[in-house]
Amino acid sequence: MAETPVPPVMPAAPPLWRRIWLPVLVFALLAIVPLIWGERFILGLVTRAMIMAIAALSLDLILGYGALVSFGHAAFLGIGAYAVAILFTHDIVDASIAFPVAILAGALFALVTGAISLKTRGVYFIMITLAFGQMALFTATSLSAYGGDDGLRMFHRSEVFGSRLLANDTTFYFVVLGTLLACFLLLKAIVASRFGRVLRGAKENERRMRALGFDPFLYRLAAYVLAGAICALAGALFANLGMFVAPAYMTWQRSGEFIAMVVLGGMGTLIGPIIGGIGVTLVEEWLAQITQHWKVIFGPMVILVAIFARGGIVKLLTRGDR
Amino acid sequence: MSSTLLIIQTLNGLQLGVLLFLIAAGLTLVFGVMDFINLAHGVQYMLGAYLAAMFVPLTGSFVLGLILALATALLVGLVLEVVVMRHLYDRDHLEQVLATFGLILFLNEGVKIIWGAAPLQVPMPQALSGTIRIADGVLYPVWRLAIIGSGLAVAVGLWLVVTKTRVGMLIRAGATNAPMVSALGIDIRRLFMIVFGFGAMLAGFAGAMAAPVLSVEPGMGDNLLILAFVVIVIGGIGSIRGAFVGALLVGLVDTLLRSFSVDLLRLGGLSPSDARTIGPAIASMSIYILMAAVLFFRPTGLFPAKG
Amino acid sequence: MSTPVLSLSGLHKSYGALKVTDGVSLDVMPGELHAIIGPNGAGKTTLIGEITGEVALDAGTISFCGEDITRLPIHQRALRGLTRSFQITQVLPGFTALENVATAAQAHDGSSFHFFRRASSESHLNRVAMDALAQVGLAPRAGMVAASLSHGEKRQLEIAMALVSSPKILLLDEPMAGMGREETEGMVEVLMALKGRYPMVLVEHDMHAVFRLADRISVLVYGRVIASGTPEAVRADPAVREAYLGEEDFA
Repeated sequence: MAETPVPPVMPAAPPLWRRIWLPVLVFALLAIVPLIWGERFILGLVTRAMIMAIAALSLDLILGYGALVSFGHAAFLGIGAYAVAILFTHDIVDASIAFPVAILAGALFALVTGAISLKTRGVYFIMITLAFGQMALFTATSLSAYGGDDGLRMFHRSEVFGSRLLANDTTFYFVVLGTLLACFLLLKAIVASRFGRVLRGAKENERRMRALGFDPFLYRLAAYVLAGAICALAGALFANLGMFVAPAYMTWQRSGEFIAMVVLGGMGTLIGPIIGGIGVTLVEEWLAQITQHWKVIFGPMVILVAIFARGGIVKLLTRGDR
Repeated sequence: MSSTLLIIQTLNGLQLGVLLFLIAAGLTLVFGVMDFINLAHGVQYMLGAYLAAMFVPLTGSFVLGLILALATALLVGLVLEVVVMRHLYDRDHLEQVLATFGLILFLNEGVKIIWGAAPLQVPMPQALSGTIRIADGVLYPVWRLAIIGSGLAVAVGLWLVVTKTRVGMLIRAGATNAPMVSALGIDIRRLFMIVFGFGAMLAGFAGAMAAPVLSVEPGMGDNLLILAFVVIVIGGIGSIRGAFVGALLVGLVDTLLRSFSVDLLRLGGLSPSDARTIGPAIASMSIYILMAAVLFFRPTGLFPAKG
Repeated sequence: MSTPVLSLSGLHKSYGALKVTDGVSLDVMPGELHAIIGPNGAGKTTLIGEITGEVALDAGTISFCGEDITRLPIHQRALRGLTRSFQITQVLPGFTALENVATAAQAHDGSSFHFFRRASSESHLNRVAMDALAQVGLAPRAGMVAASLSHGEKRQLEIAMALVSSPKILLLDEPMAGMGREETEGMVEVLMALKGRYPMVLVEHDMHAVFRLADRISVLVYGRVIASGTPEAVRADPAVREAYLGEEDFA
């Protein structure tokens, strides 16, 4: 091959501060919340919001980077939560066992359902993920040994190597915040990796990726399993937050909310779903304080987001950055 | 399992199937012609039931109340089309799913504000409120038979419209190739509006007919919507025939397994207590398993409308 | 005589009553540029689809570098060095030109199941990609998003992606389609430079380009090869003249 001089200048990336100011701001704000508002209610609320953000983040991996509209994502939240609670009833209360089991359960469910769902495309994929979500819901409802419709209560939070560390709400808050940050950084790395590049490429142009020698199915399945595992982790935290699990954790309405969070925040960015997840949870809570019929306000908000919020909040905040 | 129960449950399954068909027919047309996912189709069904609950006592006549309810359901459908749906036809499925999800939240809650959260009852017409002997010692409510009958009548009517009329031809052409239809100079927007309004009315009709045998409550359309999606995915999106076959299949499988799964499992050799735990779970999952199986072997459903 | 790189034998494909590929057999020799021409609807693009695996055959076998690949899926064929460009350009529109090519290089550089290392800082992938961009004259555009490239540039980008795909053969489906005179001339030069380095199958409507480039030409009409040979032989073939009657380019 003839020696061609390689131009010295590789395409330049935007300056560092432009890429990181928003995540830094978000995580800094989350870190100082407990210092400003110490009340249990606020702590609990923001903790819940952050758990929802982890779930939304995991959905974004397949929705935003894989263009796979999964309408059954709440199932993974429920599976993670149930794994922790069910082990609890069998006196396995330590997070060092319960959390890995929850993550594995989510991954396994994702592997089986993903292998089937990912054979379909478009509308059919939306519907089949919805159906698997419903199956998980009905399974939970019929678990009469574990509370059935009524759900299952835990007497205390998971222990950490025998200690009741998580019982303290502030500690728990920072554990959840740390998990959120870890998931954010993990997905950040994955999206930019070789694997993430193939996943994004398959979203851009599947036919091209095949012709290059990639089988998109395998990469999508891996992403689906990863998303399921992370969402199950969120579920494990969620079970610990209220020390309670119920089939209502995995309704299709909740899956719809996850989609709303991702789209509102800005899909295909990673800070977007975090902002969306926290934002939606807080707005819901705020509206619920105003009126018991908060959904008549929240519903039209979702409609407006769908019609007008192309690119979501992140797009608004970073206009002109690209 | 007695044969009496089998007959009754088969009829119940047919009745569910017919209701599902009325909902799925509109859904599959909107899907097929406009490539539009309308999650809010289930609330149209709920709305039909509520409107019947309002107009039937108001007019003192079921028929009159039904007509008013249908007209209002049609009107609401058209308004929704103009206010929301119209802006989403050329968008991604994702945005359609999200917007119509918001619509569900709004309408479910709105219904609660107007009519309250408590379930409502709708009286059935006096003449059809009795039971009828359909076999030796088997009594069956006349109204349920009326639901089955009217549903089948609508199916036949729909089939005639779709296969014999000009609008039907356009709808079929639209389901196969929408750009072609608009290239022919047909006002596709008006066609969309007709299909959408008509679909909303059919769902409303299902709701109004079901109202006397069900309790009318907020969110009653949500689960039926999911079932209707299962129906059209099994049947093949855009296909009326597929919706019909899929609806009866889902209605029968769901109803029969709900009543016989425990017995079947015991016949299969499970202990009574195991059968009682597993049976209901399997029954409620059965149609989803059916759908997953159909999609696994035929990824575009039983009767795909598109190439 | 050496063995062919790509060998099609007895390919058949019909859609209902329409035979789009009707007993096509042809060989591509090492280093050869084999052009396939024919009027519109002759089944040229279908033939490319059959070779790459996008179109399932009714009958016939395809062997590539001595291996029967008739049953292999698209991506497996691509990994073996069966590399193509598309009639309607297929790039990754949201990626930069550089990342498009780097992605292509990545497919042939070990596993892509790496989750942590930044792909965009893998310097050897980038080097290979920049080198290919330079060869097709796109180096100055490396940092541009592919969607913003001109039509001709996207074509060049496709060639660059092909070059880094460890090709053992290049299948080029109308690389000059939709190009202006100047762009066409640029593409002919690029292909001239590549000629001899890789065996190529060239489907093209631009007869001037075909006759300048091809070592051998096969003429496809209604799914059948009606003539195959050197450009001179094909130009003189009466059956070909009849099929192309009225097409001034052919004179």
